[in-house]
Amino acid sequence: MTSNLRTIYNGFALPMADIPVVDSSRFLQSILDASDRGWRIVSYFGIPAQSDVSLICVLANKAEGQLAVTRTETSDDHFPSISSLCTQAQLFEREIAEQCGLVFDDHPWFKPVRFHHSFVPERDAWNRPADEPIRVGVMNYFQVAGDEVHEVAVGPVHAGIIEPGHFRFQCHGEEVFHLEISLGYQHRGIEADLIGGPHKRTLQVMETAAGDTTIGHAQAYCMVMEALAGLKVPPRAEVLRGIALELERLANHTGDLGAIAGDIGYLPTSSFCGRIRGDFLNMTAVLCGSRFGRGLLTPGGTIFDLTHGHCDDLLKRLTEVRRDLTNAVELLWNTPSVMGRLEGTGQLTHEQGLELGLVGPAARACGIKRDVRHDYPFGIFRMTHLPVATSFHGDVCARTMIRWQEAQKSMDFIEEQLRQIPGGRHRVASAPCAGRHLAVALTEGWRGEICHVAVTDEAGQFARYKIVDPSFHNWQGLAMALRGEQISDFPLCNKSFNLSYCGFDL
Amino acid sequence: MFRTVVARIKQGHHTTRFPAVPVQMPERFRGFPEEASLAHAAEQSCESIDCPYGAFTTTGGGCLDLGKCLFCAECPAGNIHFTTDHRLAATTRDDLHITPGADRRLAQPLAPDLRRIFGRSLKFREVSAGGCNACEADTNVLSTIGWDLARFGIQFVASPRHADGLWVTGPVTDNMVQALLATYEAMPTPKIVVACGACAINGGPYIDAPQVSNGVDSMIPVDLYIPGCPPHPATILDGLLRILGKI
Repeated sequence: MTSNLRTIYNGFALPMADIPVVDSSRFLQSILDASDRGWRIVSYFGIPAQSDVSLICVLANKAEGQLAVTRTETSDDHFPSISSLCTQAQLFEREIAEQCGLVFDDHPWFKPVRFHHSFVPERDAWNRPADEPIRVGVMNYFQVAGDEVHEVAVGPVHAGIIEPGHFRFQCHGEEVFHLEISLGYQHRGIEADLIGGPHKRTLQVMETAAGDTTIGHAQAYCMVMEALAGLKVPPRAEVLRGIALELERLANHTGDLGAIAGDIGYLPTSSFCGRIRGDFLNMTAVLCGSRFGRGLLTPGGTIFDLTHGHCDDLLKRLTEVRRDLTNAVELLWNTPSVMGRLEGTGQLTHEQGLELGLVGPAARACGIKRDVRHDYPFGIFRMTHLPVATSFHGDVCARTMIRWQEAQKSMDFIEEQLRQIPGGRHRVASAPCAGRHLAVALTEGWRGEICHVAVTDEAGQFARYKIVDPSFHNWQGLAMALRGEQISDFPLCNKSFNLSYCGFDL
Repeated sequence: MFRTVVARIKQGHHTTRFPAVPVQMPERFRGFPEEASLAHAAEQSCESIDCPYGAFTTTGGGCLDLGKCLFCAECPAGNIHFTTDHRLAATTRDDLHITPGADRRLAQPLAPDLRRIFGRSLKFREVSAGGCNACEADTNVLSTIGWDLARFGIQFVASPRHADGLWVTGPVTDNMVQALLATYEAMPTPKIVVACGACAINGGPYIDAPQVSNGVDSMIPVDLYIPGCPPHPATILDGLLRILGKI
C-alpha cells in the first residue's frame, strides 16, 4: 500500500488531519494502482465549496478486510476523469460534477445523474443557469442509427405500483442493442440537507432514504454516529439490529422471489410469496410496531427491547413461515417451464461484474464473493459468521437462486440469535460528534453494500454526509444485462435486480 | 402440476376477514394518539414544542396533526402516546387535526353520485412522486392474497385512461411534478385523488425541503388522506372502505 492511502476499518472514525492531502495526480494514480490490485471504490465524493473542492475517495480491499481513504484538493473548475481506465468511477465522477460543479475532462459519458442544481450556487458543470429550472431526463441519450433500428422510451411513470425512472432502449426488432437508464425523479435533496447536520429529522430521513432498506441505512447511520461519538453499542442491541437486518432481507427476498415468478406468469409462487413477505414484515412489527422497522434503531443501540414472550412468538412464527416459504419456492426449481425462462436470461459475466463494481446478490450471482457481513464484519456479524452464497452463471436464475440461499441462511441466523440474546442494556446514551473527523460505515443491506461516510467540521457538524446505496453500483449492471436480450425480458431482468430509485436519487 | 396442487393445499387459506373481523394489530403499533397524552404534552411544553415536523401545537389544549405526524417511536414533542387503533384516514385535511375531547371524524363516504359510479368498481393509477417505496409496498400488499383488495371491486391499473382515481405517494419532488400532473390530466372525469402516507399529505420527513412540494394537495384536490409513515395496510383499507360507504 502506498503512503497516499490511510487505512481505516469499518465503523471507525479518524481525524481528518491523519488523512494526507495529496496532489491530484498522486490521488488519481493511487486510486488506479489500488484498483489494479483488487481494491474497489466504495465511495468517492466532493466537499462542495466556492473554490478549493476537497475530493475524498474510500477504497476497500476484501483480502485484508480493510478500507483506505485518500484525499486531494483542487482549485480548478476542471479535473481529470479516470472513468475510461476504471469503469467503476464513472457514476461517482458524474455525481461529483453535478453536486460540486466540477468538470471531469475526457469523461466518456458526461451527463447529469439526478437533474438538480449544484450544491454551490453559480458553479455548474454544464453551465446551466442557476435561476432556471432543470428539466429532468432531458439529455443526449446514446443512440444507435440504422434503417431497422428503433427507440423505445419507458417511464417515468410505470405500469405497476413502483417508483419512477426513465428507460431508453435502442432496439433492432425485439433485440435490445443498448439500454440507457435515466433517473433523478425521486430526488429529495437528502445530501444537500445533511450539510450542517445531524438535525432533529436526520434519523427519519435515513430511515426513508430507501424505505424498503430502513434498517440497512439506519444501521449505517447509527454506526457513523457511534464512531464519531465514541459510543460502544451493547451486545444486546447488536443482536436486535442483526435480527432486524435479516428480517428486512427475508421480507424483500421473499417479495422478489414472488415477483420474479409473477413476471414469468407462474402464479402459485407469486401469490404465496406475496403473502409470506407480509409475514416477515409483521415479524419486524413485533420488534418495533412498524412493518418496515421504523423507530427501531437509534445511535447508541435500539429504542425497543425484546422480551422472552416476543422471542417465543417470533420463533413460532419463523417455524411456520419457513415451512410455507420452502414449499412455495421449491415449486420454482421443480417446474421446467419456470427454469426455462430463468436460465440464460439477462446474463452478466464475472469480468463485467468486477469491472462495474457490482455489489449484493447481483455480484454474488456472477461468482463474486462479496458481502460486507463477511468481508468487513460489523455489529453482530463480527461474532457470528454467515456463509456467503455465490453462483456463477450471472443470469436471472442465479440471482433468483442466490436470494433463496440467502433467505435460508438468514432464517437460520435469526433462529440461532433469538435463542441466545445476550443480557444487559439495549441502549447507551448518545454523545456529541467529534469535530474534524471522518467516519466510514458499511453494512450489507438486502440489495448489497450500503456505504455512509461523514466528515465533520470543527463543531462536530457534518461538513459532508455521503450515502451510497447499493443501487448506485448496480443500475449499470442492469443496463448491461439487457444487451442482446429481447425487450420483452426487461421486466424479468429488472425484477431480478430490483434496484432502488429513491436510494439512488436521494 | 400435481406438486402445484399439493402446494396449494398445504398453503391453506390466509385472506384476512377484515372488515367483518377486526385486524389484530401488533402490540407496539403506533396508531391513533391517546388523547390524555396530548393534553399532558400541551401542558408540559407550552414554551418549547420540539416536533421537527411541526405536527404538534398547543392550540385547543394540544393539537396533533396526523397528516404531519410520523408516529415516531420516541415522540420529540413531549411523549405523546399512541394506541393501536389503526383507523386514521380522513376525507378533509382539517379532520386530521386531533384535539382532546373533540369529535373524531373518520373518512366520510363520497357524494352519492360518485358512490353510484365507483361503489362497485374503483380503479386506481398509482404515481410515486418521491415515495421511499414503503407506502408503495404497503399499497401493493393489498392486492396480494393476504388482503385481496379485488373482492371490494378495487384494483390498481396500468393506465391513467383506465383509472377512476389517482393514488399518490411521496412528497411530490420537483422532478415529478410534470409527470404527476400529466397523469392526472390523462384520467377521465369524474376522478378522485388519494394521498397515501405522510409525505403525500404534507411532505412527511421532507416537509419544507427545497426540492419537494409538501404533498399533493398543493396542486390537485385530494379526496382521501391516509396518515402514517408508512400507513399500515389496515389503515389504507379502512379509508377506502369508508369512502365507499362499506364500513
